[in-house]
Amino acid sequence: MSRRAGTAALLAALLLAAVFPLAVSRPAWQNTAILMLMAAQLGVAWNILGGYAGQVSLGHAAFFGTGAYVSSLLSMRLGLSPWLGMLAGALVASAFAVVIGWPCFRLKGHYFAMATIAVVEIVQAVVNGWERLGGAVGLYLPLAESGFAGFVFNRSKLPYYYIALALLVLTLAVNWLVARSRTGYYLRAIKDEPDAARSLGVSLTRYKLQAIALSAALAAMGGTLYAQKELFIDPGSTLSTSLSIKMSLVAILGGVGTLFGPVIGAAVLTAIEEGSRVLFGGTGRGTDLVVYGLLIVLFAVYQPAGIMGWITGRWPGARAARREEEP
Amino acid sequence: MTQILLQTILSGVLIGLVYALVAVGLTLIFGVMDIVNFAHGEFLMLGMYASFWGWALWKLDPLFTLPFTALGLFAVGALLYRLVIRRIIDAPMLSQVFTTFGLMILFRGLAQYLWSPDFRSVEHTVVAGKVAFAGLSFGLPQVTAAAGAVVTTGAVWWFLRFTRLGAALEATAADKEAAALMGIDGQKMFALAWGIGAACAGVAGALLSATYPIFPDVGASFILVAFVLVALGGFGSVTGAFWAGILVGVVEVVGGFLWDPAYKMVLVLSLYLLVVWLRPQGLLGKA
Repeated sequence: MSRRAGTAALLAALLLAAVFPLAVSRPAWQNTAILMLMAAQLGVAWNILGGYAGQVSLGHAAFFGTGAYVSSLLSMRLGLSPWLGMLAGALVASAFAVVIGWPCFRLKGHYFAMATIAVVEIVQAVVNGWERLGGAVGLYLPLAESGFAGFVFNRSKLPYYYIALALLVLTLAVNWLVARSRTGYYLRAIKDEPDAARSLGVSLTRYKLQAIALSAALAAMGGTLYAQKELFIDPGSTLSTSLSIKMSLVAILGGVGTLFGPVIGAAVLTAIEEGSRVLFGGTGRGTDLVVYGLLIVLFAVYQPAGIMGWITGRWPGARAARREEEP
Repeated sequence: MTQILLQTILSGVLIGLVYALVAVGLTLIFGVMDIVNFAHGEFLMLGMYASFWGWALWKLDPLFTLPFTALGLFAVGALLYRLVIRRIIDAPMLSQVFTTFGLMILFRGLAQYLWSPDFRSVEHTVVAGKVAFAGLSFGLPQVTAAAGAVVTTGAVWWFLRFTRLGAALEATAADKEAAALMGIDGQKMFALAWGIGAACAGVAGALLSATYPIFPDVGASFILVAFVLVALGGFGSVTGAFWAGILVGVVEVVGGFLWDPAYKMVLVLSLYLLVVWLRPQGLLGKA
């Protein structure tokens, strides 16, 4: 596959995504598609830190939740537009990420991952007990008049779909730019050969901090979108370790450190999640959890390179195309 | 006031000793093979359910079934190693994390599927009532659980320190290649570590079953504390986990008493972050 063919395939995929909800009008399907796009966006955002820099964060829900809470509180208390709230949330999350990242980046591997779990659990417990932030009950966003300005759409899910798609495209673009930039080179160097990178004078912490700030900002934007779509947020749904893990799971399932891996991972994971819920769930028997857990184990053990790894392993042509894509 | 404070501190010590037992299993697995077991809380959950079913079906007291629970969990741990963990020893950290994380979800799902998400409890245990001395009073089940935890932790410590098999396990933890050259079968040691680790958590589950609600996700509240203990005590250190357990139990209960019970985990986790940031080798670990 040449570069031109790759670009053509990308445009075709984008076109397909753009017309999908027009062709499929069932609300349940549209909703599943929105969930896929949102999961993909978060996975791509996580990938900037987890995939390219190799820093496995299991606390990204802290940034997602920051985005959701900042935009919601600003619109509820100060009447600020959620679009501006989205930017504010992204900024706050970046700042928070730098504050967290600075000490945590001293830790390696498991230790870093465990510290990020502690961070998200602390944030969750604090918000749970903080009445002014809605506490454990959560926040109900006021039902504003439907429209683009208010970021609320009551009549149809369609606008959320396109906003999610746009956010995903933006996140992919940022990821692509990062991968091609000097920072991207250094991040890969840090991941593969940390000692060599350091001996060549690469400031590990500086590039890791850039990665976590970008990654957090994008995850926070996803959080604002979630809040505006659901019009309800609480610590359990926006600040949980399981949400953090899902973000990373999407990336690992699709292929860590690849541009489109998380998109594929999100499509597969959401399909499995929703599928097993429809087929086995609803009985409260946890069959969906069994399927979900089993799948994670099988993938982690037998296909750690993810679906992208499997594709490139099968069709060497695709691997050549990918190599071009990642200079 | 001092009376109340003393009562609170000692209550913290009691629960801390049980935390320590959960963490001993985790730190053992970590020390021997450098894998963080996210599914460790689920071993505790299985221990609790084993006690519950022994009581519900045959009217057997959790303390009576405890040896069987320990053996059963040993088998679960060793089997899990043979079937799954063996395949990811040399895998990247990411796949190790997700393997044990997937196991955690799988076990919770299975428990929910087999035994429903309902809260269960064991009632009318042999050990009941309170002990009182010097104006302080403690629930006898809590005291028994703490005593059982100390005995089990002590047994693991003794095993590692004074038996040939334990020495072999410690040797593997210290240096895999050198131990293999001395004729120690690494595979066997890894399976043993998983077996003992799971058994410790299972025993803790059995000890807690008389006082704690039993449900599929019960492991969640223990795994975080166990992580904290492993980090505080120094990764891989049994005695470290023991002292860290007492410390965290006291911090949790006293903090909940002086401040707000809702924030007790915030205290414990902040202590954890502070320690890993300032002393990555653990509070009690050697540099």
